[in-house]
Amino acid sequence: MSVPKLAVWKLASCDGCQLTLLDCEDELLSVAAKVEIAYFLEASSFKGRGPYDLSLIEGSVTTEEDLHRVQHIRRVSKHVVTIGACATAGGIQALRNFADVREFISVVYARPDYIATLEHSTPVSAHVAVDFELRGCPIDKRQLLEVLSAFLAGRRPVIPEESVCVECKERGNPCVMVAHGTPCLGPVTQAGCGALCPAFNRGCFGCFGPLRSANAATLAGLPGVTRTFSDFQEAR
Amino acid sequence: MDKQPNPVLLDALDPLITALRIGGFRVVGPTVRDGVIRFAELSSAAESPTGWTDAQEPGRYRLRQEGELVFGYAASPDSAKRYTHPPRTTLFRWDKGPIEPEIDAPPTALIGLRACDLAALAVQDRVLGGSAAYRARRAALFLVAVDCATPSAVCFCTSMGTGPKAEAGFDLALTELSEPHRFLARAGSERGAEILAALPHRASAPADLAAAADVTRTATARMEPRRFELDGVKEQVAAARTSPVWEEIASRCLTCANCTIVCPTCFCTTVEDGTDLSDGAAERVERWDSCFTFGFTELGGEPVRASGAARYRQWLSHKFSTWVDQFGEYGCVGCGRCVTWCPAGIDLVEELERLR
Ligand code: SF4
Ligand code: SF4
Ligand code: SF4
Ligand code: SF4
Repeated sequence: MSVPKLAVWKLASCDGCQLTLLDCEDELLSVAAKVEIAYFLEASSFKGRGPYDLSLIEGSVTTEEDLHRVQHIRRVSKHVVTIGACATAGGIQALRNFADVREFISVVYARPDYIATLEHSTPVSAHVAVDFELRGCPIDKRQLLEVLSAFLAGRRPVIPEESVCVECKERGNPCVMVAHGTPCLGPVTQAGCGALCPAFNRGCFGCFGPLRSANAATLAGLPGVTRTFSDFQEAR
Repeated sequence: MDKQPNPVLLDALDPLITALRIGGFRVVGPTVRDGVIRFAELSSAAESPTGWTDAQEPGRYRLRQEGELVFGYAASPDSAKRYTHPPRTTLFRWDKGPIEPEIDAPPTALIGLRACDLAALAVQDRVLGGSAAYRARRAALFLVAVDCATPSAVCFCTSMGTGPKAEAGFDLALTELSEPHRFLARAGSERGAEILAALPHRASAPADLAAAADVTRTATARMEPRRFELDGVKEQVAAARTSPVWEEIASRCLTCANCTIVCPTCFCTTVEDGTDLSDGAAERVERWDSCFTFGFTELGGEPVRASGAARYRQWLSHKFSTWVDQFGEYGCVGCGRCVTWCPAGIDLVEELERLR
């Protein structure tokens, strides 16, 4: 059997998710032993030719050029996995979807006429078929390794669709919302980070995106939470 | 034990902690950490939450300093479950063949369990007793119970018939008494009696026994406003299957699963298989799950209980109705943990009353 080829692509994003792969350090050697890392510009300027067995895509689609690139990536890849909030949901840059991007450009850039961008920032899945979406901002190293092992073994990745609260309790954190009155998005956010923020007595910021069954209206409407969220706003 | 010797008085906890440590136990007891009273390994009584108490209500827990009691608080977010039925256990590894992991069951003395916690252990014994790993972890426990003096506003053990006094299932039980501060100690097992006999102690007087009875009376009275009639609950919950109340509860429920995870009797787990990148080995891990997660009833890629109403109904019906069909007793011991630690402050006692 030939060695599977891996490609790592970047669209509009901060590089944090690709860095997670480099961060794997010890495990990276095992990955490198199992796959040919054919295309990964963050790690090497070498550009191995496709087709690729597995393409990891970081970043959202915000330009005409990226739109063509995702279509190209899909064509030359057997499996496409999006990594991180940008590629999976549009990322922070999707704030423009709720406003006028031209206004943003005129405020941010000295020469707005240099900027060619789309009206909206969209997830990769809005344009091409995606085999698996790995969430997180950034993604979690354990989960990335799980997805890689699963694709190499030809099985479904074990990425539980449960709330951050489940990991939080598993880890033994006292609930920051109940015990400290700190607003926390854990109950409406999908697990994955290991409840990192609550472990340091901070509320969850929702990095892993909405839980499939999220009841966000209720969370926002809780008297205590509304109070703490508004105190939080005022304190800023 | 053949006969109950008279309870004796202990003036301090340290000799007990020392004796247990010398006896080879890691001693786990309550301590103040991150704004809550929780279990941690203790090396001396100085780490215990003396002078701290908790105020609990649905969705809210706060500590404050008050009084001189060591055990002057109610149920903590931790229960014995973490020690008998840990959040994550490796079932086996596979590396060209199965490798059974050793059962991790270090001798552990749990100090400060309440009557509801002991009742929860008895429930777990019936549910999980078939597992060798559970039995090993359970056998490794030395249980030091404390009679509840200060139930919180969410406790309802009197309704469930499980407390507030520890009646059985402990090695030692203490009643903490004030003015002067002392512990009335009784043994519940041979090894408990042996440890107790070797500790510096004084004989108790009838006044001490009366003071202990007072503690239980006061604790019982504190739970009176919350008392509900258990009789008929099983049938009434089953009959409420199509009640619109479930939908209403679901509009407040976050389906976060906190209630099930803090519950000392909830036992559900899922099994995850992992493969290792480097050596082709595989591992099967069991971890806590809950009837509030989607994966719990996933069949053919979709959950059977998709709505929040169906999931809340499963939880409450299991506790008060189908658990009785399954195991011949209730799945709830009245500790109130699921009420306090529900971020949405949903109180199952209130919901039960609405459903009847
Ligand atoms: S701290 Fe946040 S994530 Fe943790 S249990 Fe509480 S609400 Fe859930
Ligand atoms: S259902 Fe709630 S009150 Fe009953 S034992 Fe579980 S956590 Fe305690
Ligand atoms: S209430 Fe839910 S999580 Fe708890 S034991 Fe029953 S099915 Fe399992
Ligand atoms: S009842 Fe409360 S703790 Fe339980 S799932 Fe609903 S919101 Fe979460």
